[in-house]
Amino acid sequence: MTATNLNETADRVRRRDASPVLRMSETAAANLDGNPADPADDERMIMNMGPAHPSTHGVLRLILELQGETVLRCKPVVGYLHTGMEKTGEQLSFLQGPTNVTRMDYSSPLFNELVFSMAVETLLEIEVPERATWIRMMMCELNRMSSHLLFMATNGMDLGAVGMMIYGWREREEILRFFEKVTGLRMNHNYIRPGGVAADLPDNWQADLTELLDVLPERLDEYDILMSGQPIWRDRLQGVGVLNTAEALALGATGPILRSTGHQWDLRRDEPYLAYDQVDFDVIVGTYGDSYDRYAIRLNEIRESLRIVRQCIETMPKGDYRIQDKKVTPPPRARIDQSMEALIHHFKIFTEGFKVPEGEIYVAVESPRGELGCYLVSDGGAHPYRMHIRGPSFVNLQTVPYLLQGGVIADGVAAVSSVDPIMGEVDR
Amino acid sequence: MIFGLDPLYDDFSAWGTTLILVVAKVLIVFALLMVAVMFMIWFERKQIAMMQNRMGPTVAGPKGLLQTLADGVKLFFKEDLVPENADRKVFKLAPYLALVPAFLTFTIIPLGGNFRDKAGNVKIAGHFTSLQVADPPIGLLFFLAMSGVAVYGVMLAGWASGSKYPLLGAVRASAQMVSYEAALGLAVAAVFLKSGSLSTHDIVAGQWGSGGWSIRDWNVLATGFVPFVIFLIAGTAELNRPPFDLVEAEQELVGGFHTEYSSIRFAMFFLAEFMNVITMSAIMVTLFFGGPSGFLFGPSWLKVILPTFWFMAKLFCFLFAFVWFRGTLPRLRYDQLMDLGWKVLIPLALFWFVMLGAMEVAADNGWNRVAIVPIAIGVLLAGSALLLGANRSARTARERDEVAV
Repeated sequence: MTATNLNETADRVRRRDASPVLRMSETAAANLDGNPADPADDERMIMNMGPAHPSTHGVLRLILELQGETVLRCKPVVGYLHTGMEKTGEQLSFLQGPTNVTRMDYSSPLFNELVFSMAVETLLEIEVPERATWIRMMMCELNRMSSHLLFMATNGMDLGAVGMMIYGWREREEILRFFEKVTGLRMNHNYIRPGGVAADLPDNWQADLTELLDVLPERLDEYDILMSGQPIWRDRLQGVGVLNTAEALALGATGPILRSTGHQWDLRRDEPYLAYDQVDFDVIVGTYGDSYDRYAIRLNEIRESLRIVRQCIETMPKGDYRIQDKKVTPPPRARIDQSMEALIHHFKIFTEGFKVPEGEIYVAVESPRGELGCYLVSDGGAHPYRMHIRGPSFVNLQTVPYLLQGGVIADGVAAVSSVDPIMGEVDR
Repeated sequence: MIFGLDPLYDDFSAWGTTLILVVAKVLIVFALLMVAVMFMIWFERKQIAMMQNRMGPTVAGPKGLLQTLADGVKLFFKEDLVPENADRKVFKLAPYLALVPAFLTFTIIPLGGNFRDKAGNVKIAGHFTSLQVADPPIGLLFFLAMSGVAVYGVMLAGWASGSKYPLLGAVRASAQMVSYEAALGLAVAAVFLKSGSLSTHDIVAGQWGSGGWSIRDWNVLATGFVPFVIFLIAGTAELNRPPFDLVEAEQELVGGFHTEYSSIRFAMFFLAEFMNVITMSAIMVTLFFGGPSGFLFGPSWLKVILPTFWFMAKLFCFLFAFVWFRGTLPRLRYDQLMDLGWKVLIPLALFWFVMLGAMEVAADNGWNRVAIVPIAIGVLLAGSALLLGANRSARTARERDEVAV
C-alpha cells in the first residue's frame, strides 16, 4: 500500500465525515447515517476539550467526538476571548491604532503594528525613511524568532517534553530583553507607528544583538539534539495531522501550515514589502504536510531570521527613523518650547489626530503564523471608518478538524499545537 | 514459615524481644519510606529545576527541603471534594488501593547486611535478623501481585470519578499497566531462573559470589543485561512515569485518573506515585545490582553500615535516572506504547528467558554452551522476521479494509 493511496483514502474519509458536520447543528449531526439504532450501542463519546485545558493554547474549545481515543469528528469553537478590538479600532485615531492592534497576536505584536502602520501609510501616500524600514524589518525578524521560540516551547510542552518549555522561553526572553531596551516594553510595544518607528535604536545595539546572535545558533542545535533527532519526538509528530496542498489552499491556511505541504508561498519573497527584496534568505518548505514538517519549518525559519538580522546589522542605513512630515510625526520635545507651529502640530496630533484621505486598502505581511492582513477604510477623518485584521491564527484554525480527523487525542494535541494559534488574534 | 525466612522467627522462646524487634523494624521502615518520599519529591523538583534553568523550591526550610511537608499540610486542610457523579465508595477507596501496595512492596527489600556468609543477617539484642521487614518465600510474586493491585487503585479512581478525562485515564491505565506487567514478569523470571529462588533475600545472597563481592556476580551481567533494560522500561511504564505517563498526561487528559481528586486523597496518589518510584528503584537494585552488595573495608562497625550505604547509593542512581527521563523525553502516544510493550519488549523478554533456560539446561547436560548463543540469536532473528512479516500483513489487510469502506 503506497502512501498516496493511503492519503486518498484518508481524504475520502475526511470529506465524508468532517465537512458536513461542521455546517450542521449538534442535533442534526446526531441523526447522521451510520449512527446505531439503539443509543445504548453507541460507543461514541462527546468530549469537551477546553476552553480551559492545558494544551488548547488559551481559550480554544474543541468539541471532540470520540470512539475510544480516536477522534471521529472535531468542531473548534472560538469566541471566548472576544473583546471587540476591531470595533475599538474605530474609536482610536490612526496614531493610537497600533496600541490596539499590538494586543491581538500578543506573541508577535510588532507584526500587527507593522501591518496597521503600512495600511495607514499607503492611504496617506507617504513613504517612510529607509532607516525606519530597515529597523522595522530587523525588529520584525527578531519578533518572528521570539514567536517561533514560543512555539518551540509550547510544542515541546504539549508533547510532554516539559524541559523544552523552559528552554524555549529562556531564549525568547533574551530577545524580549532586547525589545525592552529598544521599545521600552517586552510585549505590546507600540513601537512601529504610522510614519516610522517610535524611537531610534539605542547606543550599542549592534553589540547587544551580536551577542544574542552568537548564542542562539548553539541553542537551536541543542534543540535538534533534544527533539529533532529524538525517536519518540519523531514518532509523535511524523505523519500526524497531515494536510495536502489543495486542502491547505482551500481552507485558506497560510504560513508554516501551507509551506509544510510543499507549497512555496511566503509574502516576504512573493510580494516583497519593507526591504525584503534586498536581503538574502531562504523560504523553508516541507514535504509531507505533517506536524513534524511544521515544527521543522519553524525551527529553520528561526535560522533564516538570524541570517536576515545579521544582514540588517551590516547594512543598517543612516538617517531618520521616522518621516519628517509635520502633519503625521509629532515634533521633538525641544522644538515645542521654541516654535509655536510645533506646539500647534503637537497639540493637533495628540488631540484630534491626523486626517487620512478617503479610501480603502488591504495590506498583508508574512507574520510568524501566516498572512497577516489589515483592511482599512477611511472616510477622510482622523479615525478609521472600519478596521479589519485578517488574523492568520483564525484562518489556520479552520484546518484543525481536518488535522484531527482519525487521530487519537494525543495526536490532536500535537496537531493543534503545530497550528500554533494565538487566541488573542483569533477572537480579536 | 509463613512470616518469612527470617532467622528471627526460628526461635519463639523470647517472643517479647522478637515482637519488639518486628515492630521496631516496621516502624523504622515506615518512617524511612515516608522521609525518603518527602525528600524524593524535593529532589525531583530541585533536580528538574536545575535541568530546566530554574530554582525549584527555595522558600520552605533550607534549600526548600520542607516544601513537601508544607504541601502536605496544605493538602490536609483543603476541602475534601467528591464529585456529584462519582461512585462515592469506590472513589474514596481508590487512593488506599494505590497507597497500601506501595508500602507493602517495600517490606520485601533487603536494606543492608553483609551477605559474605550468604546469610546476610545482623545481630540485634542477641537475635540474628535480616535487615528487611519481611522475607516471604514468594517475595517476587508478592511484588508482582502488589503492582497488580496498584493498577486497581488507578483504574478505579478514574472509573469512579464519573468524569470523562479520568475515564480515559483509567482505560489507558488498565491497558498500559496490565500489558507492561507481562514484560516486567518475564524480566523477573530471568532473574528467578538465575537465582533459583523467589525470595529477595536469597536473590541478593546469590549475587554475592563465594569469594566475596564482585560486579560479575550481579544479575545485571549474569542475566546478560537485556532483562535489566526490559525491567527498567517496563518498570517505568508500570510506574506511569515519563515518558510513559499517559495515565496522567497533563497535556492531554488534564490530570488523567486524578483529575477529580483534591485534598488528602490527591496527596495519597501523589505519595503513592513517589513511593512506587522508590520501591521500583529498590527492586531494581535488589534484582539486578546485588542489593546491598559492595566493596567492604574498615573496622567491623563500618562493615555493618557499608552495605546499607551501597544500597542507598545504587538506589539514588535510579532515582536520578527517573528524574532524568522526565527532564529529557517527550511522552509516547498510546498506540506506540502498546506497540513497544507487545511487539518489542514481551517477545524479547520471552526469547531471552528461553535462551537463559537453554543455557541452564546446557550447563546441566554438558552441552556445548558456545553453540547455544548463535543458535539462539538465529532463532531470535527468524522470530523477529516472522513477527515483522505478521505485523506488515496485518497492516496491509487493515489498509485494504479501510479502502473498502
